Amino acid sequence: MRNPLNDTIVNIKPSGIRKFFDIVSEMKDAISLGVGEPDFDTPWHICEEGIYSLEKSRTHYTSNSGLLEMREEVCNYLKRHYNLTYNPREEVLVTVGGSEAIDIAMRVMLSPGEEVIIPQPSYVSYEPCAILAGGRPVIINLKAENEFKLTKEELLEAITDKTKLLVLPFPNNPTGSIMTKAELEEIAKICIEKDIFVISDEIYSELTYGEEKHTSIASLPGMWERTVVINGLSKSHAMTGWRLGYACGPKLILSEMLKVHQFAIMCAPTTSQYAAVEALRDGDKDVARMREAYDKRRRYLIKELNDMGLETFEAKGAFYVFPCIKSLKMTSDEFATQLLYDQKVAVVPGTAFGDCGEGFLRISYAYSIENIKVALDRIRIFVEKRRAEIS
Amino acid sequence: MNTEILKAIDQDAKLTAKELAEMLSMNEAEVEAQIGKMEKEHIICGYPTLIDWDKTGEERVTALIEVTVTPQRGMGFDKIAERIYKYEEVEALYLMSGGYDLTVMIVGKTLREVAEFVSSKLAPMESVVSTATHFVLKKYKEHGLELINQKDDERMLITP
Repeated sequence: MRNPLNDTIVNIKPSGIRKFFDIVSEMKDAISLGVGEPDFDTPWHICEEGIYSLEKSRTHYTSNSGLLEMREEVCNYLKRHYNLTYNPREEVLVTVGGSEAIDIAMRVMLSPGEEVIIPQPSYVSYEPCAILAGGRPVIINLKAENEFKLTKEELLEAITDKTKLLVLPFPNNPTGSIMTKAELEEIAKICIEKDIFVISDEIYSELTYGEEKHTSIASLPGMWERTVVINGLSKSHAMTGWRLGYACGPKLILSEMLKVHQFAIMCAPTTSQYAAVEALRDGDKDVARMREAYDKRRRYLIKELNDMGLETFEAKGAFYVFPCIKSLKMTSDEFATQLLYDQKVAVVPGTAFGDCGEGFLRISYAYSIENIKVALDRIRIFVEKRRAEIS
Repeated sequence: MNTEILKAIDQDAKLTAKELAEMLSMNEAEVEAQIGKMEKEHIICGYPTLIDWDKTGEERVTALIEVTVTPQRGMGFDKIAERIYKYEEVEALYLMSGGYDLTVMIVGKTLREVAEFVSSKLAPMESVVSTATHFVLKKYKEHGLELINQKDDERMLITP
């Protein structure tokens, strides 16, 4: 029998998180700080709209690009929050989560051999999606000393004459790092000078803490026409299971994305779209409430981790902190695995998000304070034991 | 006044001053001082525990009583309200707008005990014009917390 498989796909290495997931799933009574989704349930008024749409038998396909009503609400939302202007008829596409949008944006914008710059540590799907699209991923290893922000020097160094695209993953999963407006302006300047396009994954845009609110790079002069903004409701409105996201950008790019989406997906789930209309229209107060809760946990976690001697920079976005464990003279993988067996606490090794995550852990604070407290007590015991071993 | 502290302990009274300080990026001594001050000023009036008594063997009934009263000259409703809320059976008392004047929440061991309270204590009061007693059959939610259907974390332990 011939080999039934495609070489490109076989050669993509499985997600590092997968391996760890298999170990964790055997540990029945483990507690976790390992998830990448909110602990809140979807606010009830949003669920009600989904349920109502089912009662009204709105159980059919929507248009390929999504309900016009939802696209209009997406535009209102982006205008209200980030001063972004899009035409709901031609410049918005409703997708199955932000992840579908990442995939099809890469497929539409990359031709064989063209390079896409991917800063890491970052979400697990950019690199494989780039490869599946026929592009060549060029990784920038972000540095702890810059709080894992992308600097203009790093970007300039990665650019070649084949560079087509930059993936901008901020606020960042797994580091919790954000980019300020001033920092984005430097990146924007280079993108314009070097004629590079940007996929800006802003799925955590609502979750920033402190003075400065999120800025979308597409709102900077000269960037709208070269940026695809990807966002969604999963993190902001606690709607991960509804599988709904969206992409916005110039018609030239979006109309091609619509083509791929229409052949591969048809349309995003209808029930979810009706719920999303309500979320976008009347969900700002839910987002504010959840953000407030995350912020308290964030401050608490950063302080406690630093107090136990795990250097943790003040991450101002998403719901992750990224403590450094290098002082314990073990790898991220060893730490995470031993912590799990020894204290039954699950955290994700930084290396699941790129090689430069070595020496770091992703700790999620999408958990109740009680849960975080118990987990921290166990981590403290583990760290103290380890210190005694190596001293 | 720091309402951030209040919002946090409104959800969880067991948070220590150290934990609150870390959650709110404040200094521990400052949190203690502020809480002390708010206790003294009766902004913080107490720290009761939310208990679902239905899950215990303890006999307990709750009733909501609508009371219509004749307010007293020069005192308004406050004087009559005081005479009612001083009874230890009274769990809560609110002055209402609308069809009647006072809502009295009563907790007793049995229906008979509550009925006894209404007929022998509340109804005979001079200012009380009428009462209507409603017994609570089931408590679904209190203080913003769902008492039934408390579910476990259904998320997978690790997700990207």
